[in-house]
Formats: sequence, structure tokens, C-alpha cells
Amino acid sequence: MNYHLNHLKELEAESIFVLREVAAQFENPVLMFSGGKDSILMVYLAQKAFYPGKIPFPLLHVDTGHNFSETIEYRDNLVEKIGAKLIVGSVQEAIDKGMVREEKGINASRNGLQTVALLEALEQGKYDAAMGGARRDEEKARAKERFFSHRDEFGQWDPKNQRPELWNIFNGKKQFGEHFRIFPISNWTELDVWQYLAMEKVDLPSLYFAHKRNVFRRDGILLAESEFIERKEGEEVMEMMVRCRTIGDVTCTGVWESEADNLEKIIEEVSTTRMTERGGRADDKRSETSMEDRKKKGYF
Amino acid sequence: MSNINYDNMELLRFTTAGSVDDGKSTLIGRLLYDSKSIFEDQYETIKNVSERRGEEGVNLALLTDGLKSEREQGITIDVAYRYFSTPKRKFIIADTPGHIQYTRNMVTGASTANVALILIDARKGVLEQTRRHAILASLLKIPHVLVCINKMDLVNYSEEVYNKIHDDFEQFASKLDVTDVSFIPISALNGDNVVDRSKNMDWYQGSTLLYYLENVHIASDHNFIDTRFPVQFVIRPYSDEFHDYRGYAGRVAGGVLKKGDKVTLLPSGFTSKIAKIDSYDGELEAAFPPQSVTVLLEDDLDLSRGDMIVRENNQPEMTQDLEVMVCWFNEQPLQVRGKYAILHTTQDVRCVVKEVRYKLDINTLHRDLESKEIKMNDIARVVLRTTKPLFVDAYRKNRITGSVIFVDEGTNETVGAGMII
Repeated sequence: MNYHLNHLKELEAESIFVLREVAAQFENPVLMFSGGKDSILMVYLAQKAFYPGKIPFPLLHVDTGHNFSETIEYRDNLVEKIGAKLIVGSVQEAIDKGMVREEKGINASRNGLQTVALLEALEQGKYDAAMGGARRDEEKARAKERFFSHRDEFGQWDPKNQRPELWNIFNGKKQFGEHFRIFPISNWTELDVWQYLAMEKVDLPSLYFAHKRNVFRRDGILLAESEFIERKEGEEVMEMMVRCRTIGDVTCTGVWESEADNLEKIIEEVSTTRMTERGGRADDKRSETSMEDRKKKGYF
Repeated sequence: MSNINYDNMELLRFTTAGSVDDGKSTLIGRLLYDSKSIFEDQYETIKNVSERRGEEGVNLALLTDGLKSEREQGITIDVAYRYFSTPKRKFIIADTPGHIQYTRNMVTGASTANVALILIDARKGVLEQTRRHAILASLLKIPHVLVCINKMDLVNYSEEVYNKIHDDFEQFASKLDVTDVSFIPISALNGDNVVDRSKNMDWYQGSTLLYYLENVHIASDHNFIDTRFPVQFVIRPYSDEFHDYRGYAGRVAGGVLKKGDKVTLLPSGFTSKIAKIDSYDGELEAAFPPQSVTVLLEDDLDLSRGDMIVRENNQPEMTQDLEVMVCWFNEQPLQVRGKYAILHTTQDVRCVVKEVRYKLDINTLHRDLESKEIKMNDIARVVLRTTKPLFVDAYRKNRITGSVIFVDEGTNETVGAGMII
């Protein structure tokens, strides 16, 4: 017998270990579910980690109210299938309560407002650990993130004062009122995620596969036509074959021209593609350090 | 998905140490660029920045440019993880800053690495910093050490210079506990011997850096002999279908577990047999490191997080008294007679530091028996007494069951990392 794991199985083993550490070390953890492939992967890994038991924590969706309808449909089906508890944190509610003010104008997005709704939901649920599907290959501020990322009582990230993380020992000790952000799939790349989802035949939202959709071009990025985005003069709607590489708020998730309508084609596309997946995220384009700035304030 | 087959692909983790001047960022940028792991938008960004700064050509070092808070100070403050892959392997680079005050970052990056990549500037040869990196690689028991002699273009690709550095390093390394050391002459700037073979060094017959990384033998880096299964979490579904199910979830830390194996449980000393090794994908024949699995026993015994499943005739040491090489991470010096929380595998205990045996000078390996003040980035041999017995192996035998971290009980910060002797 050959005692050898391929890279995907080794990543799986590491993530399962982290998920089990969370269940063991924290009293009230929650898994952040956005409907994107990374959070779908996390739910799948959590099923594996606690099999044949159910996932011992609820899923939390921070809903901007500006979703692709496919995302919500997929989310509700998944939750029912695995018998998980779903909690929804609403950005609309935060706006209605006057906690945040909605951005105005052409590039208005609720992405930045998610932080407030997220921190509010974490506080209300008294969650002491929030697991997210962020990966270190996504963005330079994430390249320095820990698996167990300590947050102060304001939910802030201090990149200069992170706890060293050695071997596979994770220190989840904290003061009352503080919490942790936990990133079980830190070491996966976009390609790893797709290869794994294909290998394991995981069911995915249709948005990831090439489909016909009405889109328009803004600053070189294709955006889906939607009631939530105001178009400028000259931004013409056209029907194209597109797919999403990330799924977020409709207002800032770019779609890509693509013919990849199955996982095999997607993997082929991802391995030869020449643009990062966040290259289509308008929220990252606001400044060179926009992710770092948002993370310090408590964004995922 | 019949043609999806990644069975032969492996994961290799390596750590790089070196200062800005060694060309470490350029080397990593070169590896990422030449292995086609750079995306167009990333390349455009660094091209624009290079032009704006008036630099000649595209500065690949900018690919590893860090956070705003780091750029403001002009230093790297933390370990950054970077990724690339070839059809043979996926690579995780723990990119650690090289300056002396950041020993803690190097130790962190080294703790999980298969390979330590040490960079030497060909013009400067073996420096104090080189020795420090080698000593840390030896202390952290990184299985393979690769010395890249960089900037060969600036010494006219001289074989003599290469040989001199090679011999200097070997002479020094003979005092260390490193078994597998290799050398490659490179120019990260021009790409000589990084991914493509150099046309300027006919005298060098060895492999390129990427070839080495793709082929170095890592299958034996885990311990497959001494069975160690720390219980991480107990799975009890309480469902109709799995009414009496009691599974011990964990990650195999050493050895191989098989159905029917006679096992001993620590600390109770009770014996039982493995009834089943379970997983979401079905029952497994065997479990080995670094797999995460669930073990079921034939007998209904009391076993919980922090306990360990081992083989009857091959047990770790069960002890409250530990001798540990500690690397100190905190501004608050280590307190002799002080109490700390100790995390070891899935155990969480307290300890008192009974004694500092000596402080190790990580530039010379000199043992300082006099100075007992252990400050940030110091390495020392200490004696601990724990509140409960731990099930330990020497670090050189098993990096998982041989390592501990120290946690300050007031601030909860991770203040030290220890390797059990």
C-alpha cells in the first residue's frame, strides 16, 4: 500500500483538521456562507469533518439585498439538504436602522456596508468564531492572514500584531468580547478549488457555468444588467455567453466572457487564464490597498 | 470527469529566508513568472509601478510587495504565503523576512516546511545571516536544505566563487543536524538555473531550482512508523441511523492505523481494537499522516479530546517533565518560575518554567550558560513541569508530537514555540 496523498487530499485533510479545531475550541462558531464556490467548498468540507453527524454550527449569510436570484435558490436548497441552520444578516436592515448610509451614484455598491451588517450579526448571535472562505492567493492582504485570525472587541484586524502560527497548533484563546475569524481553506488556490470540486463532483450554482445573459461594459469589466445598477449613458446592454468566477453582490461582481459550461472546461479555462479572479471585482479596484483597508475594519 | 487525475501530484511546502539584498523577492517573482503563475493584471500593475519609479525593465520583486503598513516602513513584517504549481507539484512558499529581529517569522515559516531555501549573495559569501538561517533550519528539522548561490551574473558566473561558498557552507553545516543539503548557482535577475538551465555556467551539471523543487523526495518526510493518533473531537450524531456511533476524529500524527489493530489509549492505559476507520467517503483500510479521519473502537471506553491512541508496544513518553528548546516571540521576556499555558497536539495544559539551562547564540551555536534572560527572538533550552502528563516524542522523531507552543495566560498571545528534546 502506498501511503501518499495528492495535493487536493492533503489540502482537504488540513481544512478538516481546522474545522474540527473550531468545533472543539469555540463555544459558538458560525460559518460564513456567501453562496460562492469557496463557501460551498467549506460547507462540503464541514460535512466531511463531522460525518456522520450534522455540521455542529449554523451558516450565516450577510445579504446585501442585491443578489443574483440563483444564489438564494442554491443557498436555500443546500441548507435544506444538509439540515443546517441558516441565519441571515441583512444590509437592508442596517440601512433602515440608520446604522449605515447607502452609497449614491453610478458606482454605488453595498459591498462596503457588509462589514457593518456582518459585525452586527456576529454581535447579535454572540458568535465567538466566524469561519470564512478567504484564500491567501486571492489578494496581497490575504497572503499574510492566519488560519486563526484574532479580532479585538471592535472586530478589527491588526496585521502587525498577529499571533505566530506554528505546526498545526492553533491558539484560539481570547478575552471576553473578542472573537476569531477562521480561514480553513487558506492554502487553496482558485485552481485547487475547481479541481477539488470536480474531483468530488460537488453540485454548484448555475452562475459559474457559461450561460447567456444581458450584460454591459464598465471600466473594462462586464457587469450583469440588473435593477440594482444604474447605467451610464452609452453603456449598452448586450447578450453574451458569460460566467461568474466569483459570486458576490450583483453591483460589483464582474462576469467573464466564457464558453466553459462544465467543470472540465472551467478547469481548462482557469489553468490557462491570464487574469486573477478578483480582477473582475470592482470593490478591489477602488484603490491599491482597498482590501487591506477593509480588512482592518472587520471585512472578511 | 474521467480524465481528471491528479493522483501523482504532491504538495511541497518550502520556506525562503534572506534579506532584501539577497534578491529573495526577485527569486520568488522569477519562479512565479517563469512558471507562468503570474496573471496579466498583476503583471500590468507591477509594470506600471516599475515605469513610474523609473526602473529598467519590469521589477519582478514587486510581485511580492507587501502591505501598505510594510511599505511605509520599508520592511516586511510578517510571513507571506505564496502559491504556484506545475503539473508535478503544488508549491506553498512561506516567504519570511530575513532581518535578525524576525527570527519568530522564520521559525513560523520553517515549522511546516519540507525544504528550506537559503539564499546567499555570491559577492558576499556565507554571512552571519546565512549561518543563522541554517541553524534555524537545523533546529526546526526541515528535512531538506537547498542553498541557492545568487547573483552569479555579478561574479562573472565564476565556478571558483561558487566552489568557495559551497565549501564554506559545508564546513559550517557539518556542525549542524542537517542531512540533505544541495547547492545551485543561480541568477534570479536573469533567470539562470531558476526554471531554465543557464547558458552561462557550463561547469554546473546539477539541476535547476524548479527541477529540484519538483523532484526532491518528500514522501518519507512524515513518520510512518510510530503510531500516534491524538483525539481531536468526539463525533456522536445522536441520530436514529447512527444511534450508538462514537467516533474519535483526529489527524494522524504518526504511523499507520489499520482496522483490527490492537491499540492502547493514553492516559488510561486501556487497550482495545480498531473496529473501523471511517470517513465521509466510506470506510478506509488504513489511515496515515497527514490524513484527517475518524476512528471507532471495539470497546466502549472513556476517551476524549487530548487523549491519544497508540500501539501497545510503541508508546510515546508520558511525562510532566519536559526539556525543550524554546524560541521566544514576545516583547515580555520569558519568566523563570513563570506559568504559561502549553498547547501540545490537542492538549491544553499549564506549565511552570523551572529552569533555563542555556541560551543559544544562533550565529555561532555557542551555549551561553550565564545569561538567563530570554528575550524576543532568543532561543534557549528550558526545563518545564506541566500540570498534567503530555504524551510526547522527541521533536527529531516527530514534528507533531514533539512540538509545543507557549501561551501567555494574561494576554492569550502565543509567546513561544518549543521543540521537545
